[in-house]
Amino acid sequence: MAVTNHIRRSMIFLNTQRAALVKEAFVYHPDCVIFDLEDAVAEGEKDSARIQLYQTLKNVDYQGVERWVRVNALDSDLINEDIRAAVAGGAEGIRLPKTETAAEVQAAADKIAAAETEFNRPVGKTMMMAALESPLGIMNAYEIATASDRMMGIALSAGDYTRTMHAKRTVAGTELFGARSQMLIAARAAGVMAFATVYTDTDNEAGFVDELRLIKDMGFDGKSCINPKQIGVTHAVFNPSAAEIKHAEHVMQAVADSKANGVGVLTVDGKMVDIAWVEGAQRTLKLAQAAGIYKGALV
Amino acid sequence: MTISFHHHLRDGDYVVNMVMKEIHKLGIKDLTVCASSLGKAHDYLVPCIEDGTVTGISTSGIRDEIGEVVSKGKLKHPAVIRSHGGRARAIEDGTIKIDVAFIGASTSDVYGNASGKGGKSDTGVLSYADGDAKYANRVVVITDTIVASPNFPASIEGVDVDYVVKVDSIGDPAKIATGALRLTKDTRELNMAREVAKCMYHSGYFKDGFSFQTGAGGSSLATTVFLKDYMQQADIKCGWAMGGVTEPIVDLFKAGFVNKVLDDQSFDLAAVASAHQPGHFEISASQYANPFNKGAFVNQLNFVILGALEVDTDFNVNVVQGSNGVLRGAPGGHPDTAAGADVTIIVAPLIRSRMPTVRDRVTSITTPGESVDIIVTDYGVAVNPNRQDLLAAFKDTTIPLKTIEELRDLAYQYAGKPAPVEFDDQVVALVEYRDGTIIDTIRKPKHLN
Amino acid sequence: MQTIKQAVAGTVESSDAQVMILPQAGGLKITLDSSVYDQYGQHIIALIIETAQALGLDDALIKVVDKGALDCTIKARVETAYYRAIGQTTNLPWGCSKWQ
Repeated sequence: MAVTNHIRRSMIFLNTQRAALVKEAFVYHPDCVIFDLEDAVAEGEKDSARIQLYQTLKNVDYQGVERWVRVNALDSDLINEDIRAAVAGGAEGIRLPKTETAAEVQAAADKIAAAETEFNRPVGKTMMMAALESPLGIMNAYEIATASDRMMGIALSAGDYTRTMHAKRTVAGTELFGARSQMLIAARAAGVMAFATVYTDTDNEAGFVDELRLIKDMGFDGKSCINPKQIGVTHAVFNPSAAEIKHAEHVMQAVADSKANGVGVLTVDGKMVDIAWVEGAQRTLKLAQAAGIYKGALV
Repeated sequence: MTISFHHHLRDGDYVVNMVMKEIHKLGIKDLTVCASSLGKAHDYLVPCIEDGTVTGISTSGIRDEIGEVVSKGKLKHPAVIRSHGGRARAIEDGTIKIDVAFIGASTSDVYGNASGKGGKSDTGVLSYADGDAKYANRVVVITDTIVASPNFPASIEGVDVDYVVKVDSIGDPAKIATGALRLTKDTRELNMAREVAKCMYHSGYFKDGFSFQTGAGGSSLATTVFLKDYMQQADIKCGWAMGGVTEPIVDLFKAGFVNKVLDDQSFDLAAVASAHQPGHFEISASQYANPFNKGAFVNQLNFVILGALEVDTDFNVNVVQGSNGVLRGAPGGHPDTAAGADVTIIVAPLIRSRMPTVRDRVTSITTPGESVDIIVTDYGVAVNPNRQDLLAAFKDTTIPLKTIEELRDLAYQYAGKPAPVEFDDQVVALVEYRDGTIIDTIRKPKHLN
Repeated sequence: MQTIKQAVAGTVESSDAQVMILPQAGGLKITLDSSVYDQYGQHIIALIIETAQALGLDDALIKVVDKGALDCTIKARVETAYYRAIGQTTNLPWGCSKWQ
């Protein structure tokens, strides 16, 4: 699996057709950008967006923000050129839309490998993620997540999914409960990351925060964003709180102490601590460090 | 001969054009217009400049058509660009001798006790006309609403007034106070505003009873939102806020986060309405910003948050001249508040379309770098190295510190280094610093030939 | 000489540029209308010529309306207009030296 240390709390979609959007989206400090060649780009501007993508990847320093490209669907006649442009430009990853089977991931991976060879890039370096947008995609989540060593993660895309499920979009997200749970289980079993669908009501910050809290508590790694203003809010929810950091520090300190003293039972902040929590504490501190809010040495 | 105007009627002003048309009819030539500011509503000055009716201008704002015609060198004498405090000083120390002051007023009684409050064209305050009324040889109050005597409290006192002229209308109320100086929804501007508030919070000056002023630009104004959060967090209140007053300031005032408002200009309807309330005080331009009087409030400011067209690596700021050399701005209270405040914060995007804000040299200096402490951009925050205290205070915070040279390098990396604009020898404007010294000269750009 | 038809790419939105390529014999001719002409006009014209020549476009009128676009966008719009003008949408020579 494409496991890296990069944190991916936020992945913001940018319409690559629009010069003003792609020229300096890094100033919003997202963890990742997704240059979109698919739905956001008008049919007649696919060529233009692709060339803008290539020039942006080549010439604009994105200051460490991870650059993903959402290519057009596998069954379109656009994907080959999309992948060639993205790989030639040096994108960190390709996001495959409307994924339903492992075979599709493998087919796209083959195209990426061919492009890497053509453009003299290290073969296997370009990561992949797959968007699951249908009941079949959700059913096959584990196979999709394990279909290629390039796979970094899977993402839910709720628009088409909800339609196919004959479900209604609700504020609470009840209709997505099954899909979220199932894909998250698949992602964890496969050892890849899991990302939640976009929140389209960009003026409803309170609703957005509620949804962020829900998906964070469920275990998601990050959120797809469609407006720069969602980035700061997303990070605020995904970042560990000061209290969480403090507690994680105490846990790690207690582990160190118990190792030194040879005591088997951990007690932290007056409570017994299960050894299973240690991994969580470690993850909290790592995330806090990567987010720039923890400078301690206990990571 | 010098005649004067104020700009409280802003883009809705009828007075300047009305008076200039009459003067034009009379065939009077070679006038100097001493306005507190000029804008879109004063375009009748353009033909007056072109035919020599007006040969000199003293103003803060110089933009739009007037900015163009002056940039082209059509005005006989170089325009003198003065800050609000500088103009008050120049009137009081006799640098400017006003022969006739034309003062548009929302209401007046027949003896000339005049006010910015009430009537058909409520401007809230008449701060910039105070010196004109006290120091001009002849004072003419122009109003569309005569009220019973005494029209108290009066911004302009009848004892100073020679004539009261009633006209049908002094201005278009819809353009005098805009209803819509709304807070920005632009994420980039809000992010910068958040950094500004963070700088204030960590500066060491953020204490109960602190004072501040913000400009009316998107990010400056939006700072108020984040200030409220920080005030709650620190459990403190603001003693007073000053300035061009706007709705966000009024909202803080109403919510009890700001104890008093000192108003030299009401920018929007909420500010005009608030000017009628207790605790919201009208101050004169001299009280506001005159460097040579004994109690100017700018000297008591803890913080001022201002915009910039350009900033250079010596922290000099230009808010008057576009990067293409054409006059398109106004010092307003920029150099005055920057000189007076404990902490002067400039907030601006690093690159506008592809024009770098931070650069080697500003096209012309409005506010000297020695009075500028912090530059907040969307690419990072630079602190003037003169302010080691601030650098120390920000050390362990999440404020994304960079040097001013690093910001310039980033701007050039993304936008490319701009080629210098070429200028003729002809001087078209002088930028006068608040104390009366000339801080820069502005020449005619060659591309306007 | 290549056979080209008239083609246009880009928009006149802020930070974008609109590039029109018209068939015309007798070398490259550039017209530029730019919101940042005084500071970047010469640079942009040189960039347009360099990009066109790298593409092998030697005879054309290129009309550009620039709204403060960065170099990468100006190049991209010229390239897009060129490939539209010659009617090629796939198998573009990404990554070859003339695309840097």
